Amino acid sequence: MRFGGLVAVNDLAFQASDREITAIIGPNGAGKTTVFNCLTGFYKPTVGRLTLRRDGTEFYLEQMDGFRIAREAGVARTFQNIRLFPRMSVLENLMVAQHNTLMRASGFSLAGLLGLPRYTRAEREALDLARFWLDRVNLTDRADWDAGNLPYGAQRRLEIARAMCTRPVLLCLDEPAAGLNARESYELNELLIDIRDRIGIGVLLIEHDMSVVMQISDHVIVLDYGRKISDGDPETVRNDPAVIRAYLGTEEEEELPEEVAEDLPPEMVRALRSFEDRPHEEDGH
Amino acid sequence: MSARAGSPDFPGILRDSGLVALVALFLAFPLVGFHTIDQGGGAGMGIETRFPWVVVAVAAAFVGRFLQLALLRTHAPVAVERSLSRLGEVFQRNTVWIAAAAITFAIVLPMLPFADRRLVDLATLVLTYVMLGWGLNIVVGLAGLLDLGYVAFYAVGAYSFALFALHFDFTFWMALPIAGLFAAAFGVLLGFPVLRLRGDYLAIVTLGFGEIIRIILLNWYPVTRGPNGISDIPRPSFFGLEFTRRPAEGEVAFHEFFGLEYSGLHRIVFLYYLILALALITNLFTLRIRRLPIGRAWEALREDEIACRTLGINPTNTKLSAFAIGAMFGGFAGSFFAARQGFISPESFTFVESALILAVVVLGGMGSQVGVVIAAIILVGLPEWFRDLQEYRMLVFGGAMVAIMVWRPRGLIAHRDPTVRLGVPQRPEPSA
Repeated sequence: MRFGGLVAVNDLAFQASDREITAIIGPNGAGKTTVFNCLTGFYKPTVGRLTLRRDGTEFYLEQMDGFRIAREAGVARTFQNIRLFPRMSVLENLMVAQHNTLMRASGFSLAGLLGLPRYTRAEREALDLARFWLDRVNLTDRADWDAGNLPYGAQRRLEIARAMCTRPVLLCLDEPAAGLNARESYELNELLIDIRDRIGIGVLLIEHDMSVVMQISDHVIVLDYGRKISDGDPETVRNDPAVIRAYLGTEEEEELPEEVAEDLPPEMVRALRSFEDRPHEEDGH
Repeated sequence: MSARAGSPDFPGILRDSGLVALVALFLAFPLVGFHTIDQGGGAGMGIETRFPWVVVAVAAAFVGRFLQLALLRTHAPVAVERSLSRLGEVFQRNTVWIAAAAITFAIVLPMLPFADRRLVDLATLVLTYVMLGWGLNIVVGLAGLLDLGYVAFYAVGAYSFALFALHFDFTFWMALPIAGLFAAAFGVLLGFPVLRLRGDYLAIVTLGFGEIIRIILLNWYPVTRGPNGISDIPRPSFFGLEFTRRPAEGEVAFHEFFGLEYSGLHRIVFLYYLILALALITNLFTLRIRRLPIGRAWEALREDEIACRTLGINPTNTKLSAFAIGAMFGGFAGSFFAARQGFISPESFTFVESALILAVVVLGGMGSQVGVVIAAIILVGLPEWFRDLQEYRMLVFGGAMVAIMVWRPRGLIAHRDPTVRLGVPQRPEPSA
């Protein structure tokens, strides 16, 4: 994915499966949210293909309109800075998520206006689904609150509940644990594991909170400067030197990169390289 | 001027009031002091002076400012604000009762002892703007699309009826759905180019659209008769009964059927009930559609369009439907307007009308049905009723607008009722 002269995501290939929690991690600016934006139709990748396979059908996400990706392919998403409908109630937020189902049942509002049974039935079912998720995220006793009046942690949970009300096959979460305390992170872990096991969909998440990533992910992908530098299960990735280098930096960081060495006069390169061999403190890790 | 408790800082207050009085002098001298009059007898315009009034204006400014600053020390303003808020809360909690009372009052209005032709006429005018306000409320209040050209749909409705009556002898009732259809079509036409625009840019383009319609009406002489307008527009009938003194061949007049003396008042009252019915239908429709997915989608679009897209809502179709349905009600109101006046011309459909309707919606509190009624009464009813005040009615109008902006900037009734409740006992919500 290229923005003018800047390549934000370079030659990235990975796979996220259902019944799996896949985490994308990496330092800030690595291109993680860009990947999400490409997946959910906010950016059109300059080059590449994003395929979603569902019940035998293939959806090419890079060619689809944002709202169609949600409606037809079944990809739901939450945002780094929460995007709720603040002046609508919690329950209404969950009802809006079921817009497409209800629109079909209301016959483009005609059946709804006339109060036909097929619409009232659909509305009842929608309320049931909303009630299920309200229970699941402990917001039942605040269902009539304006969404904007909820405390931060509750707003995050509501956003996830709302995304689940669209009945997706892939749930994309952009930093769901940001700003959560230890107990809330623990509850988030439980919620995501429940979604993976009981509902059985795929979860793709961007996260910086390593306790969440390491504890619940089945599969971790590490990005740095737009490239994939590691791909595997949490244990492998945790011990991968490339990953450690990207996050923490080691002696190797002080090595003169080839591209720079090519441009410098040889005497200078020799002097710089001899500098590297001096004794220095161990990093404590 | 220090803001400490204790005795007010009189020298400071006097100085401030003096400054205000000076500003008032500069304004009042040219505006109030000189007054143009027609000298009659072909002598043209002359000027007469009204300096005693200038003194009054300056004195009023001085005293007013003095009192305002002196009273700031006391708890009076805070108490006033608190009681206003409490009044607002009482209002919000009892909306259903207040609405029922208002509707009952509206129904019996023409039968009240003090109801004369002038009052019923005024009430008809106010109700027309109430209906327009409720129609625009769908676009601005629910969907959050700032439309400054709503008068275009009003005009399309009026001219559709007039032209169909002129060329095809359509009656009011036959033309009503046509007017709505045409207006909705224009709503979609307007909607397409403005889909990507937000806020100010959307406002300017819709304003332009309103002006385009007016200019087309003014210049397309062969079709719209240009500035001459279209006259002899047929009046609506009551189930086929006409409201004329001498009905046409084979037709029965209203007064003949009911065995009454002919009175011009009959038609006036009938028009009043007609607009009341149309307005109430608009309101009922809005209340119903808020609970339907399309209505919720409009409100969600207003709150956060990006989130809407992630939920699979098509923003294009949602915006177009808001424009179309809002325009449709404008069209209905337009055909009523044509029927009531009997004559229409492009002069009735200027930008000022759009601005007035938008002011009614915004002042009432965007999205609030009852607020629109109150705002219409204040903005349309009062200036018309106090026509005798002549130039001062605009002053009163301006003063009312300023007062609203200072005390209730979110509109008179800026409260939103959720469209669906869970029905489970709730934790008390922190007040906003």
